[in-house]
Amino acid sequence: MAYEIGGESIEHDEEGYLSDINQWTPELAGLLAKDEGIEMTDEHWEVINFLREYYEEYQIAPAIRVLVKALKKKFGPEKGSNKYLYELFPYGPAKQACKVGGLPKPTGCI
Amino acid sequence: MEEEWDEDGPEVVKRFMYVNRKAPYGTVYALEMLEKVLIAAAFEQDVHVVFMDDGVYQLKKEQETKGVNMKNFSPTFRALEGYDVEKLYVEKESLEARGLTVEDLVVPVEVLSSDDLKSLMSKQEVILTA
Repeated sequence: MAYEIGGESIEHDEEGYLSDINQWTPELAGLLAKDEGIEMTDEHWEVINFLREYYEEYQIAPAIRVLVKALKKKFGPEKGSNKYLYELFPYGPAKQACKVGGLPKPTGCI
Repeated sequence: MEEEWDEDGPEVVKRFMYVNRKAPYGTVYALEMLEKVLIAAAFEQDVHVVFMDDGVYQLKKEQETKGVNMKNFSPTFRALEGYDVEKLYVEKESLEARGLTVEDLVVPVEVLSSDDLKSLMSKQEVILTA
């Protein structure tokens, strides 16, 4: 299974998560978001970029509770809330945002 | 698990202890154990993590894993604080036998003697070893 973008074929697993996170590009994120029915805004990008930085530092995708706490610390209580994340990513912020960001599914999320 | 967690916290909290006794690479035990710890933490359990025997190597700074073709997952131990997992213990005897000190480790830990560890173990409800 693979996404086709710009003449390239990018492998993914049965749930749509990338097999190799290094193949992710912002253009691919646009395609993945569209598949999820999401129109990317600056607010979406803020979360995606945050997740990618988190992954870079800790080598895991955070659980939702941990993501909310970390966002709160960085961007304040308005953006560090479950509600805010669900508005951006209605079908599960951790799952959807990680997929769009090219990260694996968060551990503990089954 | 459901992504939306209960704001009031979990209904049942148990004292879990995860005992790491194996070197980080060569087998998947260490990585799988860390996943188990993260899952217990996601369910907001009272998590204790112990490193003893070769398990203390899991916390060693500056791991270089290219040669064994495995992901260096030691940075993930630094994420545990964000998961409210702060009860990390290293057995004193194991650390000393390998010529290591807490300065060599990627995260702050409490160093316990074998005897103190024994009494901490006796207070747990669930103990998993790998």
